Amino acid sequence: MRGSLRVLEIGNLRSAYGRIEVLKGISLEVRVGEVVALIGSNGAGKTTLLRALSGVQPITGGEISFLGERIERLPSHRRVARGILQSPEGRQIFGPLSVEDNLRLGAYLRRDNDIDEDREKIFGMFPMLKEKRSQLAGGLSGGQQQMLAIGRALMGKPKLLLLDEPSLGLSPVLIDQILAAIVSLRAAGVTVLLVEQNAAAALEIADRGYVIETGRIVHSGAASALLSDPKVKASYLGFE
Amino acid sequence: MPEFFQFLVSGLTVGAVYALVALGFTLVYSASDVVNFAQGEFVMLGGMVTVFVSTAGVPLPLAALIAVGVSIVIGLLLYWLAIAPARGASAISLIIITIGASIFLRGAAQIVFDKQFHKLPSFSGDTPVNLFGAAVQPQSFWVLGGAAVIVLLLYVFLERTLLGKAVLATAANRLAARLVGINTATIMALAFGGSAAIGGIAGILITPITLTSYDVGTQLALKGFAAAMLGGMGNPLGAVVGGLLLGSLEAFGAGYISSTYKDAFAFIVILVVLFTAPQGLFGRRAVERV
Repeated sequence: MRGSLRVLEIGNLRSAYGRIEVLKGISLEVRVGEVVALIGSNGAGKTTLLRALSGVQPITGGEISFLGERIERLPSHRRVARGILQSPEGRQIFGPLSVEDNLRLGAYLRRDNDIDEDREKIFGMFPMLKEKRSQLAGGLSGGQQQMLAIGRALMGKPKLLLLDEPSLGLSPVLIDQILAAIVSLRAAGVTVLLVEQNAAAALEIADRGYVIETGRIVHSGAASALLSDPKVKASYLGFE
Repeated sequence: MPEFFQFLVSGLTVGAVYALVALGFTLVYSASDVVNFAQGEFVMLGGMVTVFVSTAGVPLPLAALIAVGVSIVIGLLLYWLAIAPARGASAISLIIITIGASIFLRGAAQIVFDKQFHKLPSFSGDTPVNLFGAAVQPQSFWVLGGAAVIVLLLYVFLERTLLGKAVLATAANRLAARLVGINTATIMALAFGGSAAIGGIAGILITPITLTSYDVGTQLALKGFAAAMLGGMGNPLGAVVGGLLLGSLEAFGAGYISSTYKDAFAFIVILVVLFTAPQGLFGRRAVERV
């Protein structure tokens, strides 16, 4: 199944902040069941791309197809309804609300009866969230907030999960925990587009990868090939 | 001592109206970051529409219902015609837009209605009730009870319903709210409509005591804003406490010091709060854990 159907197809996507163009024609695709890593340095446009996919960053050109349908003109809530969920950079949890309420709001648009069951699954994945279920999310530590942000996105039953810098600011132990969670998500059939500055870690668990530099894709290929590519190594993996 | 209770009761009664106006400020501010200075006009609309519709022969409860409906429609129009198109404008621009809307509504009311003062009959007669030596108008109980019911309903809505939590989520983090699929434009419209309804009800409840005219909104908006600042902008509990405190302060100041300076107290409160504790009594600290 993996590799056949395209979940996401982006063609020549452009976006700008005022006069400064941040995405200068991005094209990429994500297939069913894949984990695709998007790597690149600070300011390359990774977060802007994910925000454009979720419909919270205006685009100036190009197209986005999701499961074969064009979505670039849909407002953000319609994209969530179709199954594009994001765990944003900087976590962005609802601080004054409880952990449980944060998770419930992740399923805001769902009308099915499996919401409680899915919450228990997320508690199984991140037991710490269960312990703190009635505490205010703003009082959690950085790592706990990161797990909550991922859990909240999963509550929306994603067909495509966008993860923006899930390892940012976390200790190595927590990073391993988050990466293991992503691997188990893939096993459960979730398609993931993963943005990371921690390129080595991202490529370790990804199927394929794209390298983005000042708003353009400059390399792409199988994750293992990128890991051994001398240019990628020199620029993003921190060794020669 | 009887005069103390007399001042307290009249202070809390007026304070309950300030609290409702402050609640409207807080609701809109939480959902949209807009400080809506047209909030007082909804109180005017509630009173004036009830007066004119009931004068036309409609029974008072139905007239009151129509007045609340009119307030809600005006609140939604304010959002859709004036606030939503200016999305992304600076806070100052949005405040100026609401001041403009407030002037427009006052002008329109002057034409549609008139420039006279109007009264509504008290809901339960005018025989004062003796309470701790103070003569209390039965309408005061309507105002205080009505305000209590509104606060309770709002609390239940925000804390116990998914839509209410979506309002809180939008207030806490608009980007994240959009990313979980909340239509934040709908939430903002809901906040404008809801605060207009609250203002309209406040106007209907207080008109038998204070009378109403096309221009009562300005003063009430300033008092309600002072109350919201005192309680901490964006905090519903703070709005209620701030309103009751401000009303009592005015009543005691007017009673024990001089009624000439009654209106000055609200503005002294704004200045003291801004200089000493800009976050208000219950306001969120600017610092949040990251």
